[in-house]
Parts: sequence; C-alpha cells; structure tokens
Amino acid sequence: MFSNPDLQKLVFGRLTWDAIPLHDPILIVTFIGVVLGGTALLGAITYFRFWGVLWREWFTSVDHKKIGIMYIILALVMLLRGFSDALLMRSQQAIAFGANEGYLPPHHYDQIFTAHGVIMIFFVAMPLVTGLMNYVVPLQIGARDVAFPFLNNFSFWMTVSGAATVMVSLFVGEFARTGWLAMPPLSGAEYSPGVGVDYYIWALQIAGIGTLLSGINLIATIIKMRAPGMTMMKMPIFVWSALCTNVLIVAAFPILTAVLALLSMDRYVGTHFFTNDLGGNPMMYVNLIWIWGHPEVYILILPAFGVFSEIVSTYSSKRLFGYASMVYALVVITILAYLVWLHHFFTMGSGASVNSFFGITTMIISIPTGAKIFNWLFTMYRGRIRFEVPMLWTLGFMVTFVIGGMTGVLLAVPPADFVLHNSLFLVAHFHNVIIGGVLFGMFAGITYWYPKAFGYKLDPFWGKVSFWFWLSGFYVAFMPLYLLGLMGVTRRLNRIEDPSLQVWFVIAGLGAVLILFGILSFMMTLFVSYRRREELRDVSGDPWHGRTLEWSTSSPPPDYNFAFTPVIHDYDAWWDMKRRGYERPREGYRSIHMPKNTGTGVILGALSTVFSFAVIWYMWPLAALAITGIVVVAIVHTFNYNRDTTIPAETVVSVEAQHTRMLAAAQA
Amino acid sequence: MATQADATADREEALRFYETEDHPHAPATLIGFWLYLMSDCLIFAVLFATHAVVGRNYAAGPSPADLFDLKLVALNTAMLLFSSITYGFAMLEMAKERRGATLLWLAVTGLFGIAFVALELYEFSHLIHEGATPQRSAFLSSFFVLVGTHGLHVSVGIVWLAVLMVQVAQRGLQEDNKRRLMCLSMFWHFLDVIWIGVFSFVYLMGTLR
Amino acid sequence: MSSTTSAQSVEAHGKDSVEDEPHGTFKGYVTGFVLAAILTAIPFWLVMGDVLGDSRVTGIVVMAFAMVQVVVHMIYFLHMNTRAEGGWTVLALIFTSTVVIITLVGSLWVMHHLNVNMMPMSVEDMKKHMH
Repeated sequence: MFSNPDLQKLVFGRLTWDAIPLHDPILIVTFIGVVLGGTALLGAITYFRFWGVLWREWFTSVDHKKIGIMYIILALVMLLRGFSDALLMRSQQAIAFGANEGYLPPHHYDQIFTAHGVIMIFFVAMPLVTGLMNYVVPLQIGARDVAFPFLNNFSFWMTVSGAATVMVSLFVGEFARTGWLAMPPLSGAEYSPGVGVDYYIWALQIAGIGTLLSGINLIATIIKMRAPGMTMMKMPIFVWSALCTNVLIVAAFPILTAVLALLSMDRYVGTHFFTNDLGGNPMMYVNLIWIWGHPEVYILILPAFGVFSEIVSTYSSKRLFGYASMVYALVVITILAYLVWLHHFFTMGSGASVNSFFGITTMIISIPTGAKIFNWLFTMYRGRIRFEVPMLWTLGFMVTFVIGGMTGVLLAVPPADFVLHNSLFLVAHFHNVIIGGVLFGMFAGITYWYPKAFGYKLDPFWGKVSFWFWLSGFYVAFMPLYLLGLMGVTRRLNRIEDPSLQVWFVIAGLGAVLILFGILSFMMTLFVSYRRREELRDVSGDPWHGRTLEWSTSSPPPDYNFAFTPVIHDYDAWWDMKRRGYERPREGYRSIHMPKNTGTGVILGALSTVFSFAVIWYMWPLAALAITGIVVVAIVHTFNYNRDTTIPAETVVSVEAQHTRMLAAAQA
Repeated sequence: MATQADATADREEALRFYETEDHPHAPATLIGFWLYLMSDCLIFAVLFATHAVVGRNYAAGPSPADLFDLKLVALNTAMLLFSSITYGFAMLEMAKERRGATLLWLAVTGLFGIAFVALELYEFSHLIHEGATPQRSAFLSSFFVLVGTHGLHVSVGIVWLAVLMVQVAQRGLQEDNKRRLMCLSMFWHFLDVIWIGVFSFVYLMGTLR
Repeated sequence: MSSTTSAQSVEAHGKDSVEDEPHGTFKGYVTGFVLAAILTAIPFWLVMGDVLGDSRVTGIVVMAFAMVQVVVHMIYFLHMNTRAEGGWTVLALIFTSTVVIITLVGSLWVMHHLNVNMMPMSVEDMKKHMH
C-alpha cells in the first residue's frame, strides 16, 4: 500500500492483506453471502426511503421501548451467527472420527467454539435480557421512560459496537482460539500472539461498558420512578427480577472489565499479571473471571424467572403463589451468586476445605430456586390454565430446567466434578440451563409482550411449531452429550479417535437440525404474523387478560406510555384496577415533558468501533484520533443543556381519542 | 399489620387510579452516579486483590523497601487531602450561590490535583529510570497498574473539573451545573477514599514487609 | 418489612431535589480534614520511624487507621447518612462492601490454598534448589 514500510506500519499497524482469509472457502462464501445480503438490505432501505425514518425514529431514539426492540433485533441477528457456529461444530463432530479429519482444522474449529460461546452469552442472551427489561420495566412501574434516556441509547450502541467488533473478526484477521473465557497463559502474548484475543478483549470491554451503564440506569429507574403507591413489595415480580439482575450487573461487570484490562496490560505492555514467569499467576485470572462469571449466569436466568412468574400467573388467571417468597428467593440468589464461583474450578487444586465450602454454597442455591419452581406449580394448581404459546414455553422450561438444575447439583459435588470437569457432561449441563432456562424464557417473553410492542399477537400455530422443534431439538441434541460426558469425552475436540462414539454425535447433530427448524419456524412466526396482522390485531391493549400495568395502556403504547401517572394499590395493579371498576380518563390531558432524541450515542458507538479496531491492529495514530474524537464528542454533548421536548396537550388528546375509539370498536 | 394499614389506605382512595396533576420524579442523577462509583469501587477491589496475591512476587527484582520514597508519598497524600477540603469549600460557596468564590475554590482544587498527578508521574519516571519497570516483576506490574489507575481517575477528574468550570462560568450556578458539581464532588472524595487504601496497603504495608 | 419500605418510597417520591441534598458545613469539612490529617500522619510516622518495632503489629495498626479514615471520609466529605435517597445509598454501599470483602478475602483464601497445595516450595526453598 505504501512504498515506505515504516509508514505502512505506522498507519496500518500489523494489518496486511494476509489478514483477509482468502484461503478459506467457508469464510469466502460467508463473506459473499454477507456482502450480497447486506447490499440487498441497504438497497431496500434506500429504495423504500427508510434511512430518514430509521435515523430519526430509531437510531437516535431515547424511547426505552424502541431501544428495547432494537436490543432484541440485535440479539436475534446475532443468534443466527452464533447458531451457524453451532451447526458447524455439530457437523464437524458428527463426521470427524478416526482417520476422517472433517472439514474444520483445529485453527478454525477453535475460533468457532470460542465465537459461539462469546456471541451466545454476550451478544444474544445479554441483549435479549437487557432488551426485555428495557421494554417492560418502565411500563410495569408506570413510568414514561428510564431514569437516563440518553445513557440508554448510548448503552445500546456500545453493545452494537462490541457485536460489530466480533463480526469484523470473521473477515479481517481471526478470532480468539482460547474458549469463551480466554484463560491465560493460553490467551497471553506468548501463546496467542495474533489478533484473536485482542478482538475478544475489546469486543467485551466495549459491550461491557454498555451493559454496566444500562444496569445503573435500570436500577435508578426502579428506585426513583415507580408510580405512587408502588412500594417495593407491590412491584411486579418481573421488576423485582430486573432489579436483582441489574444489581448483579453493576456489582459483577466491573470485575470483568478489570480482569480483562489486566490481561490486555499483559498483552500490550508486557506486564506479568497472568504470565508463567517473573511472578505472574495465571490462576488469579481464573479466580477473578469466575467472580464475574458466576453472577453472570444469574444475570441471564433471573429475568427469565421474572418472565415465567408473570406468564404463569396471567395464563392461570390467578395471583402468583407466594409473592413474598418469590422476592426473598430472588434476593437470596442475588447474594449467593457471589459465594459460589470456585465451583467452576474445583480441579484447580485449592484443596478439600475450599472445595467443600464452595460445593456446599452451590448446593444451597438450589433451595431458593426449588422454592420458585414450587411456587409456579402452586400458582397453576386449580387455576384456569390457558395453553397459549408463552405458557407452553413456560411448561417446557419447568421440566427442562429441573433436569439441568439437578445435573448442576451433581456437578457441585467436588469429587464428582473431578470426573466430569471439562467433559461434555458439563457442556450438556450449561446448555440445559441456558437453553431450557434463558432462551425459553426469552422466547416466552417475546411472545407474551409482542402484542404490546407491535399491536398484534404472534401467530399461535407457527409459535407452537417453533416451540416443539426447540424442545425436541434440545433433548435430541444434548442428552447424547450427557452420555458422552459420563463416558469421559472432553469438550472442545475437533476430532475423536474412537469410532464407537460416532452414533451419539450424529444424534446430537440431528438435534441441532431440529433446533434449526425451531429458529426457522420462529422467523416464520414473525413473517406470518405480520402478514396476518389485521386478524391478530390487539385493539384492547390487554390481549391476555393481564395483571400488570403495561396492559392498561394501548398496544403499542404511546410515546409517553401513560397520559396520567397511575396510582397503585396492589402488586397486580391492572387486575386490581379492572376488578374495582376502573374507568379510563377521557379528559383533562396535559402536555407532557419528554427527553429529546440525540445522535450522540450512535456517533460514540461508531467511534468506539473504530477505536477498538485500531487498537487491535496496532494502528496507533488512528486509535489516538478515535479516542480524542470520543472525548471531544462526549464533552461537547455536555454543553447541550436543552434536552427536553414537550408533547403538546392536543397531541395527547388525539392519541388518547384514537385509543378510545379502538376500545369502543372492540366492545361493539 | 402492614396489610391492615394498606387496606385502610385503600378504602380511603379506592377510586383514585391515576394522578390528574403532573407527577415529576425526583432526579435520579445522584443515586445513579453513586451506583457508578460503587461499580468503580469493584474495579479497584480487583486491583487490590491482585496486588494482595502477586504483590510479593518480586522475581528477584527490587522490593517496596528498595523503591518507595515515603516522604514523597506523604507529600502526595497531603496534596489530595488539601484538594478534598478545597472542593468542600467550593461546594459551600455553591450552596451560598457565589459563582466567583466557587470557581476560585474549584481552581485551587484543580491545582492540587495537578500537583498530585505531577508528583505521581515524577515517581513513576524515577522508578522506570532505575529499572523498576512494570515489566520487571508481577509486584511492579500490579503496583504500576493499581496506582496508575487511580492516577488516571484523578486526571479524568481534572479534565471534568475544567469542563465544569467553563460551564459554570458560562451559565452560572443553575440546577444542571449544581447537580454536575455534586457528582464531581462525590467522584473527587471517592478517589480520596481509594487513595487511603493505596497509601496504607501498597506503600506503607509494602514497605513493612 | 413492607411498612418500612412504603415509608421509604413515600420519602423518595416526596421532597428530595438537588436543593435538599446535604452540602456539609464549614465545621464539618474542617473536622473531617483535621481527623483525616491525623489519621494519615500517625501511620506514616509509625512506618517511617519504625516506632513499634514489630512489622506485623504495625501492619495491623496501619490497616485499622485506614479503615477509620475511610469512615471519616464517608461521613464528613461524602456526607453519608442513612436518610439520603431513602436509604438506597447506604444499602448500595453495604452491598458493595460485602462484594468487595468477598472478592478480597475469597481471592486470598483461594489463592493461598492453591499455593500451599500446588507450589509446595517457598521462594527461599526454590533459591536453595537452584544452587
């Protein structure tokens, strides 16, 4: 590019044409697919003149509802990427036996399992959880937005920036080959000199900032913005689960940030935190990252617990059984989350006293979790259960999660863990709880709140098809892994010697195909429902005979959520209002103050992506430019004191009048 | 008991399900910023824990007793402590709505902050000059990163202070600026609290062993 | 439980705007400053002058002074009290302190046992073996 090699090195760092994987047919085909698909998408947006709408109404929006929806779209897009990785791994393991090398060499296979884990946790599960909380929490507490609306938009774009960084690694350079937690010394400069681990570090650091800030935002929202009358013990259980989740986020993600910063110091500056020589201690990394890593597991599952609580109660048409015990269980899990981290490395060698302490604390966690399962069962007991799609996901969860929980208790026994550590049994266990718990919960939540967000229900037929494919696919894919793990097969192998094991891997591969049909059916659900949206239209705003405040407004809710701030007398606030003959106000509307949209979040997110790319490739001048840009944009933003806008009373009147007409039409 | 009280309250306002008046929420900035500080506290907790675990691994290199100049550290500590009380005076002037005096005390605070960072940079360059670099041993790695992270925070605080001084000069002590000054106040005093841990645990305890 | 939380939320919704936040008083800041100066000076003196002779005892005293000084800063400079923000600041502080203690003590405990079990040689032993 430049004739002067020094200049080239200064500008492009270690980036050369060799970094583009032209030799790999799989990546080339993927790349062509992405380019064609991307061009088609951009072309369509241009053709239908959507750019202006996208920018004004979505990208720059500070509306928690739109940001929530964007989080979930991001998660679903990344799910396709993460699941492609899963299919590649399952097919490789189904064929690579004995002399057959399969089609993925170790160099590529290792990147795939790392990317699969990183993407599924950080860019699928996390955005799903954050997106759902963002959408639902302000509505459930009767607020008009979150406490810091601009920060919310900024958090979202930081998450996107992290996801974009991971995606770039697919086509420029490589991704980490270390597993999803990048343990040193393997991830240190000596054994991973390439850019893979740097992509990993910066993607997680940038997305982590977004996650932390959105955690702070939601806690402040829940503390400060509850509607009058909503005491802590009158908050909907989903809000409680969101509060506990965000407490965990704020008290866990800084640990990840710090430990990754130390790893990057080792890699960039040559310090000796986690090296083998000059006094470094790699085991300290393992210790620290799991102090974050275990709470992270609960960050994912607690919102799912909240979703299931709402759904069980709604579709059983009963109050949630044991509301207070549910709350205490959530709080206990939140605290215990910090006392179990060592069960991820019993085999490290801390000895009997340490292992038994952490084994026991781990087993104790099953008590509050078990209490929750019983509460859901008792809620259903003698209820009028409606087997709508969200309820099916919930039932599937309850069976599947109990199995996953029990294998977890099994793994919590240190001697058993010495046998099962690092085996496919472990892989089966955590997929059992993450798919059966988090993913089922998020699909249940999406189906449950979809009519609220878009004004029409999801098509139940395709929803059921998707559910049954996912459920059966999960069992077919992961039960064989339990067996293989018990037989001693370790994880992260791209080829296995013993051909007698092949049949189990083939079955697991078929399970993955069933899950593929589950995902396709879910996409079909979205498509069919959009086509049939007039038949599926929800005019009442309350399609499921709901119990909490979000169902008291129209579907989709107006920008300001509630024309009048609701007053709460019961934790099933909307149920209580309906029961006591609540009359919707028809007059007396006032103008409403709302925060103004801003493009600063998008700009900061874009600059962060440039910064991380530059730092990964040692392009120091570009990195300096990008970080300067970030600081300047942030400072300039603080000079803008005019951040509010007013929705005039006339607009409120006309929006509310339309809702009144729809309600009347529904009753007629 | 609580349910009885609730029931009575319910009967009194049984028909009120919404507020007809505007219902402004109390500003959440201060609690939000406090939560951020709590998260920052955990970043330092990790650095302290790491120093506690690898801080004695000198790798046959220099130890704290060989390196640390406690007089310099005491001077540095004094700078930060002075800056804390001068920030406090700025807040008192702010409460009295005196813009000029507020700006004056903020400027004094900033100068103490700059002195702190300058002394720290002098110490670092001195150590590196002696061959005690962050690459020398795990002890020095964690020393430089822990103390340096604190110093970076103070530097960010100084930039923030400068920006706020411009904003106060431009727009006066209006509500937004007051809130921002209070956030920076929490940040500044928080860094002072962290510094207690740094001088006690890293410097004094380090010199002892 | 629920009666106290309801009282808190009423307070949280009631009055606190920026105006009501504590700015401290001149007397408070000076008291805090004098206490902090004393609590800083003594440990420096103890270590620099090797007053107590025993480094273990000195270490414990230094950390004790540090903890007291943290509390002094919290009260006089950060104006911590149980009433601010309906008790949420203090609650957040208690929770964070718990996690900080778990992180510090837990890491030390885990890593100490690991070193004892997996690295039976002390640094001195290693030096002997190398020669």
